[in-house]
Amino acid sequence: MTTTIYIPCDSTARALGAEAVAASFASEIARRQLDVTLVRNGSRGLFWLEPLIEVATPAGRVAYGPVAAKDVASLLQADVLNGGAHPLCLGKVEEIPYLKRQQRISLKRVGVTDPLSVADYLAHGGTRGLRRALTLTPLEIVKEVTDSGLRGRGGAAFPTGIKWNTVLHAADEKKYIVCNADEGDSGTFSDRMQMEGDPFGLIEGMAIAGLAVGARQGYIYVRSEYPHAIAMLNVAVERATAEGWLGGNLLGSGKAFYLQVRKAAGAYVCGEETALLESLEGRRGIVRAKPPLPAITGLFGKPTVINNVITLGSVPDILANGAAAYQAFGCGRSRGTLPFQLAGNIKYGGLVEVPFGLTLRELLYDFGGGSLSGRPLRAVQVGGPLGAYVPESQFDTVLDYEAFAAVGAVLGHGGIVAFDDTVDMMKQARYAMAFCAIESCGKCTPCRIGSTRGVEVIDRLAAGNPGQTALLRELCDTMQNGSLCAMGSMTPYPVLSALNHFPEDFSRRPR
Amino acid sequence: MENPNHIIAVEQILAAKQSLPGALLPILHDVQDTLGFIPSEAVPLIARALNLSRAEVHGVITYYHYFRQSPPGRHVLRVCQAEACQAVGSDALAKHAQAALACDFHATSEDGAVTLEPVYCLGHCAVGPNIQIDETTLHARVTPEKFDQVLAELRSKP
Repeated sequence: MTTTIYIPCDSTARALGAEAVAASFASEIARRQLDVTLVRNGSRGLFWLEPLIEVATPAGRVAYGPVAAKDVASLLQADVLNGGAHPLCLGKVEEIPYLKRQQRISLKRVGVTDPLSVADYLAHGGTRGLRRALTLTPLEIVKEVTDSGLRGRGGAAFPTGIKWNTVLHAADEKKYIVCNADEGDSGTFSDRMQMEGDPFGLIEGMAIAGLAVGARQGYIYVRSEYPHAIAMLNVAVERATAEGWLGGNLLGSGKAFYLQVRKAAGAYVCGEETALLESLEGRRGIVRAKPPLPAITGLFGKPTVINNVITLGSVPDILANGAAAYQAFGCGRSRGTLPFQLAGNIKYGGLVEVPFGLTLRELLYDFGGGSLSGRPLRAVQVGGPLGAYVPESQFDTVLDYEAFAAVGAVLGHGGIVAFDDTVDMMKQARYAMAFCAIESCGKCTPCRIGSTRGVEVIDRLAAGNPGQTALLRELCDTMQNGSLCAMGSMTPYPVLSALNHFPEDFSRRPR
Repeated sequence: MENPNHIIAVEQILAAKQSLPGALLPILHDVQDTLGFIPSEAVPLIARALNLSRAEVHGVITYYHYFRQSPPGRHVLRVCQAEACQAVGSDALAKHAQAALACDFHATSEDGAVTLEPVYCLGHCAVGPNIQIDETTLHARVTPEKFDQVLAELRSKP
């Protein structure tokens, strides 16, 4: 009987040596003449265990990890093909508590399937959402998404159904669906995992969006820092077109939806939706003034749905299982699940998709296991470079959009970067300003000039001039209220949160 | 100085891509993928094909961090400098990299082997500090010792 061994092809797993492990398995299997199929799956997102391999046994998939190439011979010696005992054995993968306690919806296939296998996709619920959408009117699809309570997962948390409804009712022959895959926030990798680990899920979500609003063309704008995701998407688009999930005749319905993958070029601000549209049109990624909203005047001046990867990747499940099933998860006005990403100085870093409603502390300690260094966690940046630094006193904040807003922080795209007590918060504040100065598109003055002045003010503070604090606050006020987009208006979040929660780091004597 | 091979390559790319909607970025990517950088003689050709001014094309090339106007070293090594990697020592790694290569960011080592670039997130934030080589190879949890091993391998490659 042929045994299947799964070895991740996710790029984090590759960074940790998965390619060498796969090569070693291939040669050992050939040498021993074993009846084994190697499948390259996505990652389960338990990154401290990567490369994590799985063996399909009659009792379920058994995991081993972290596996190095040199372990392969001893693994095969230990009869892993039958789930045999070995020091690296982790038991059944689905019983690993970190995974068992999650509720995977958006990323349910990631790590389970071969990302580019059509048969795997169909066997794990793929195209059910698209098939149902083809039986509904556009208005009914939009209503389903609205009723699910899904909000934009890119960070702004705008209700997806309302956005789609605007585009549906915009009278124009030509409309577009744009996927914002410019996941530039440090501490985030869920978009990357979706694109590398289940690209068909994103493609299906975009096709459904096209049916919902009457768009026949879509673009996925992927950051250049994700070459592996781009390669996976390109193959997936080709295969989806061959299967009739994309193209001129979706599943024989006579309806059309075409998709292209576009590579970005390393500008962080192109994650802002209007800058992204400028870039797609072939210009510098300069932010547009709003209104008009992209839903009315978007790509090439046409009504455009622009959504994040996870937002669109959540749509097939909502259509397949109904709005009520998705809406049943979550708390308050934050419905469904969010794939949180535990990163930085954290013992068990990885992907944690759970319903809204846990506390930050539960995520950091029950899942994350505290700091990697073993020192106390001092500050946690939630929501990317434009998110606030949260001190230990706020770790009990509930993970939902409104609860975070209430403490002056943002949940954003769900990226969580932990720092231990060696962190210098004035340095982090300075970095936030310096990053804004590098990445500002330059259109509005508060962001373009304010960020550079911010670095200078913090340098004067560091030189022992405490009077500069008032000036820094005033500058932040101007940036927050006077900038055109989130780049300038939210850079004060990390700066002011550092200043407010860790004032001792700003008042030390000059070195 | 105009390199005729560059002109031929750019014209081939233009013929294939110029009718795409929003063609400029795909064209610039193809030029850089083919030639390793975007030579100055490409600018007027691209401008003419897309009915843009040279200033507009130049503006796009210089706006995006990814595009380069001069040839890089044999390898491009990117060191992540974003927050998640900072939390596990990327500042020290960057200093080590600069010392080991005896060059700053955005510069090339004297032997022409490596161009050193900062990058703001590679998306492997649970296993930093991270580096990327030529968009093909990634290394996680990079200590100064591991960096030196990787560098020695790179330098030995043609």
